[in-house]
Amino acid sequence: MANFENVVVETDLLILGGGMSACGAAVEAAYWAKQKGLKVTLVDKAAMDRSGAVAMGLSAINQYVGLKDGKNSIKDYVDYVRNDLMGVTREDLVANIARHVDSTVHLYEKWGLPIWKDEEGNYVHEGRWQLMINGESYKVIVAEAAKNALLQTGVGEIYERVFIVEPLMDGDRIAGAVGFSVRENKFYTFKAKAVMSLMGGAVHVFKPRSTGEGLGRAWYPPWNSGSSAYFTLKAGAEMTCQEVRFIPVRFKDAYGPVGAWFLLFKSRATNAMGGEYMVERRPELENWGPYGRVKPIPANLRNYLGMLDVMEGKGPIFMRTEEAIQKLAEQYKDDEKAYKKKMKELESEAWEDFLDMTISQAILWAASNVQPEERSSEIAAAEPYFIGSHSGASGAWVSGPEDLQTADTKNDYFWGYANMSTVKGLFCAGDASGASSHKFSSGSHAEGRIAAKAAIKFIVENNTMPNVDQAKLDELKATLLKPIDLYEQYKNATTDPEINPNYIKPKMFMFRLQKLMDEYAGGVSAQFTTNKACLERALELLAMLREDAEKLAASNLHELMRCWENTHRMWQAEAHVRTMLFREETRWPGYYFRSDKPKIDEEKWTVFANCKFDPNTGNWEMMTRPIHRIF
Amino acid sequence: MPSYVNPEKCDGCKALDKTACQHICPNDLMVLDKDKMKAYNRDVSMCWECYNCVKICPTQAVEVRGYADFVPMGATVTPMRSTDSIMWTVKFRNGMLKRFKFPIRTTPEGEAVPDGGFETAGDLNSQALFTEPASTGLAEVFTLNK
Repeated sequence: MANFENVVVETDLLILGGGMSACGAAVEAAYWAKQKGLKVTLVDKAAMDRSGAVAMGLSAINQYVGLKDGKNSIKDYVDYVRNDLMGVTREDLVANIARHVDSTVHLYEKWGLPIWKDEEGNYVHEGRWQLMINGESYKVIVAEAAKNALLQTGVGEIYERVFIVEPLMDGDRIAGAVGFSVRENKFYTFKAKAVMSLMGGAVHVFKPRSTGEGLGRAWYPPWNSGSSAYFTLKAGAEMTCQEVRFIPVRFKDAYGPVGAWFLLFKSRATNAMGGEYMVERRPELENWGPYGRVKPIPANLRNYLGMLDVMEGKGPIFMRTEEAIQKLAEQYKDDEKAYKKKMKELESEAWEDFLDMTISQAILWAASNVQPEERSSEIAAAEPYFIGSHSGASGAWVSGPEDLQTADTKNDYFWGYANMSTVKGLFCAGDASGASSHKFSSGSHAEGRIAAKAAIKFIVENNTMPNVDQAKLDELKATLLKPIDLYEQYKNATTDPEINPNYIKPKMFMFRLQKLMDEYAGGVSAQFTTNKACLERALELLAMLREDAEKLAASNLHELMRCWENTHRMWQAEAHVRTMLFREETRWPGYYFRSDKPKIDEEKWTVFANCKFDPNTGNWEMMTRPIHRIF
Repeated sequence: MPSYVNPEKCDGCKALDKTACQHICPNDLMVLDKDKMKAYNRDVSMCWECYNCVKICPTQAVEVRGYADFVPMGATVTPMRSTDSIMWTVKFRNGMLKRFKFPIRTTPEGEAVPDGGFETAGDLNSQALFTEPASTGLAEVFTLNK
């Protein structure tokens, strides 16, 4: 076996991940750990200043309820999320995040995040729930507060560039995690009383539209590789909404955000004939139950109306940026100076929207000589993503808080600690927890805080260090390092280490996963459409891929991480395929379409579709859970 | 290529134990070629063009060239990030230049105070989080248990 030094770290609370929810968890845990005399350890696979989905920055905060201003209520937010997800949402979880998210945003402002203000000093809203920010350093600032909280209180320690692979178990309780450094030959064992899985969503499970260099220009970052889903599945936790992928419609190819254009600039989207699918295809909404009649129209239905245009050959679809900007500047028409000033301001806002969060789109505009005030730009549906924090919903099935339950919900939605999965001591938030969509960056941070406080309470009430079997640890070390061993064993069997019949390199393994998901599980080239036979074929191919995962090979630490990232993606894929197969209806037509079950079935399928992997038997179990209304 | 390194400007951060770009890349792509003492991007098709290597490079040696499989050639987008603002220079394919400057933070670097000056009620068994209810702007945290 490859010679890796063993590093063993014992702690009370183990925070896995470094993104928004992990930073929320760190800031929260530090306070309560200090009060209770506990230790907190955070492990990030990258550098916290610029890790996770907000690494580049953001141009808006998408969840701010503004309770103190009295304009919105918790119920308003719950209604919005339930409708957007076609009725499938955990109201207790959504409400819990909604009641804490304003606190997180107010903290951001104190920490130094510039939030746009109007002349009266009020936040500038992009939409009802969205705030505009100067967000280039959003992650840097939020990470700084988290690091200061952990290090200044003396309760915490941070490991960067350590990639976490597997959970450690003590019977039905989580006991820690194992991983390796991507910088030096070190195998890490973290033993803890409670563990937080906050390792983001999954990208590159499906084949993206760009397959050359542009492969990396995913809408969500390519380093979100399904580690949360893998970790919770392998711990034996119940998962929810694994079928509820998200497909963003964005500026074509570079995936620049459309929120500011649709909400702030009030832009229209029109097809090749000048027609407006949101107007022309309105009757189609009648086919999608009560959700077709709500405002705002659910994201997946808006997608679907645009997709129908494209499938009928009416593309490209254009965002009418020039028209929107002209309209906004029009009121200053009679005053040349004011008009010029307004145009300049709008131009700057339009560019900042990209420069803060999707710089590639600014390059694409400049490289195509596009000035948004002069000409339209194409928009298109991207590929499927797994992101429980946005308009997707995939993640672990977690307990809600006790005080937001009703007599109906408390047996189904509450088991002791907020955001604890069905595995004792394992907590999830952000993209890692399911059925609580539309938390975005700010809500993920708030949810990380909620989960961290609950995890500290769990530790106080279960203050024993779980046992970890040394033989199991040795076995895990051998498994984790196997790709290096395999490479060393066989690398000289051919003249080119990239082509070798004894092993598979991680990149080709990823392409194999992406191709099968694309073609059989409703990816871009299948027009997001699938059926029972296709999904069963996907499962056959996934089974062989899983066998071949044993033959992944790595020539260095970076590739070792890639091997495991792609194994993580494969597990997210399997949970997705199994759940799409289980839910015999089409509920989110703009995310995926079951051609053999083309209609929404409110009577039978207004339920959660959950799944669970049994690590002892290797079997998958599918089950439904009831949807209760609280608000 | 997404991010690439200008060999004339890169000094391999030779005074440090690791290069700045290697330290910051969220996807573990930037590496140092120790023979040449120059950094490079080892897997350009996994680059998100997040510009963190560009922004952090002490010698401005890292630049970005748009994805070759869909971006026409000739444009550049170049940041200059200071402690409180960022200046962007956008050069179009047709030579047109645009400059934009935006604030990036309102507090001195490194000085984010975790509690933001808000007091905490401090009960592990209540629903109020660290800094709550003060940081919510309301007298108490919303609940159904009334």
